[in-house]
Amino acid sequence: MSAPHAEISVASAPVRAAPARPAGPRVRRIAAAAGWWLASVALFGGLWELAWAMGWAPELLLPPPHVFLQSFATQASFFDTSTIGEAQAPPPVAVATTVLATVGRVLTGLAIGFVASLVTGVVVSQLALVGKLILPTVTLLAPISPIAWLPVSIFLFGIGNGPAVFMVFIGVFFVMTLATISEINGVSATYLNVARTMGATRRQTLFQVILPAILPGLLQTLRMNLFAAWMVVLLAEAVGVGSGLGQVVMLARNTFNSSLVFFTMTVIGISGYLLDIVFRQVQGRLLWWRPAGAGAAR
Amino acid sequence: MVAARRSGGGAMSSDATTGAATARTGAVRCRGVGKVWGEGTARELVALDAVDLDVAPGEFVVMLGPSGCGKSTLLSMVAGLDRPTSGLIEADGEPVREPGPDRCMIFQQSSLYPWLSVADNVSFGLRLRGRPKSERRQVAQRLLRTVGLGDVLDKHPDELSGGMRQRAAIARALAMEPRVLLMDEPFAALDVQTRAKLQDFIRQVWTESGASVLFVTHSIDEAVSLADRIVVFTARPGRIKAVVPVELERPRDPRSAEYHRLHDQLIDLLRDEVDRAFAQQEKVSG
Repeated sequence: MSAPHAEISVASAPVRAAPARPAGPRVRRIAAAAGWWLASVALFGGLWELAWAMGWAPELLLPPPHVFLQSFATQASFFDTSTIGEAQAPPPVAVATTVLATVGRVLTGLAIGFVASLVTGVVVSQLALVGKLILPTVTLLAPISPIAWLPVSIFLFGIGNGPAVFMVFIGVFFVMTLATISEINGVSATYLNVARTMGATRRQTLFQVILPAILPGLLQTLRMNLFAAWMVVLLAEAVGVGSGLGQVVMLARNTFNSSLVFFTMTVIGISGYLLDIVFRQVQGRLLWWRPAGAGAAR
Repeated sequence: MVAARRSGGGAMSSDATTGAATARTGAVRCRGVGKVWGEGTARELVALDAVDLDVAPGEFVVMLGPSGCGKSTLLSMVAGLDRPTSGLIEADGEPVREPGPDRCMIFQQSSLYPWLSVADNVSFGLRLRGRPKSERRQVAQRLLRTVGLGDVLDKHPDELSGGMRQRAAIARALAMEPRVLLMDEPFAALDVQTRAKLQDFIRQVWTESGASVLFVTHSIDEAVSLADRIVVFTARPGRIKAVVPVELERPRDPRSAEYHRLHDQLIDLLRDEVDRAFAQQEKVSG
């Protein structure tokens, strides 16, 4: 080696700079997005109000927004779960408590489902024998709607948080297990070969290559199933749990309180929307290696 | 013999005789190596047929052939990623049974892990060996400086150009201190200018590391400008059609008469094979 320490110089291609976003345009972008958001909701609400004003929509069955949103305190009192005679919670607290109870069930179910499906998927794809024994059953159970599991969840867990969490779990477990397996099968052969040529053990390959490689796809699948979980939990609550948004919808139905129906639907819509935003933020933080705009992650 | 050929290169006269190069050898020996895909089925396909090939310690061997001739298959069998269906492959006298860090492979596509920084990618192999963080950082720093990427340690692969990514992948292979570098068309996905730059770069890496190189390409120019020896493959089933030694001084002048003569000779050797490979592909798709 004539010059062992000489640096090998190859003209560096310019590094793609991270797109600089000055504060001004960013604020304007958010403002514009919020503007369109408001315009869309206003248009929808306006048409509804118009229909009411023209007498096309009967107020008793399809109360317009200004009617079902006007008496927040009255509506919110239906969210209160305290027994007769006890002190009632202030209306905003009652609504928040109800929403949080439902959100808590969704998140618990999603978390258990995510971990369980990840473990199942990894085991199925790593241990051939176990895979052959488990996979056919999973594939058979996957197309069964969570709604069909409702009686089972009540048989198993009775009344309370149990059945709601179980329903969410069932709603994501099979889909996520199949997604995990397909993500693992889809890991680039080059990624695996690189690890193999460097002498990685199976364990190292699993934890340092396969898991980080499949995480983006799995979180995306989880997010797509968030809405499904949000719907399933309402159903479970309507039938089997003493509290939660689903219970309020059921109460509204049974008392023929159409204003309460639409009020609750509004609360459900906004909560689900906010939950998705939070989830997207978490996803963005966890998957820092995904460049903005790449794939469907954002 | 190889040392003699290299010393013909003038500037690199000392490298094959220094301690670093003699400490490890990096010889590869293939005897009667064959590969059949789907053996015993109706779709049986002989990819490679009874290939004998040797790489001497420190030698730069280029495998040249039409696409689908089995040269990449042979490379991945030397790496231990695939098993031959017949014959024997040895690295430094040991039969190849599985992949090992003594034989590092550089792939055609960018193979850096997007979830790791460039430095962590380069020192990935050391992490697998359980080396402490400070040492990994130090090695990554040194190697990235060597490949001219000293200022992108904490960047992510997505922020690098294709050529920079391939250089980082080479630094990652060098971190394993391999005796043999296996390269599977490492520059195929790059533009012509970047490609030319990286060929110079590979030559320097080879000189400084003292490792043997087994390099797959279908570019005649790449073969002539890099190789000690060019092994020309036939179309499927892949056999060795000819072995062409390149005794030109490095760095090689693509305008010299000898370069042109070799280039023409290789075109003649390849022409029929490329036609045959093309006909095979037409048949498959039709």
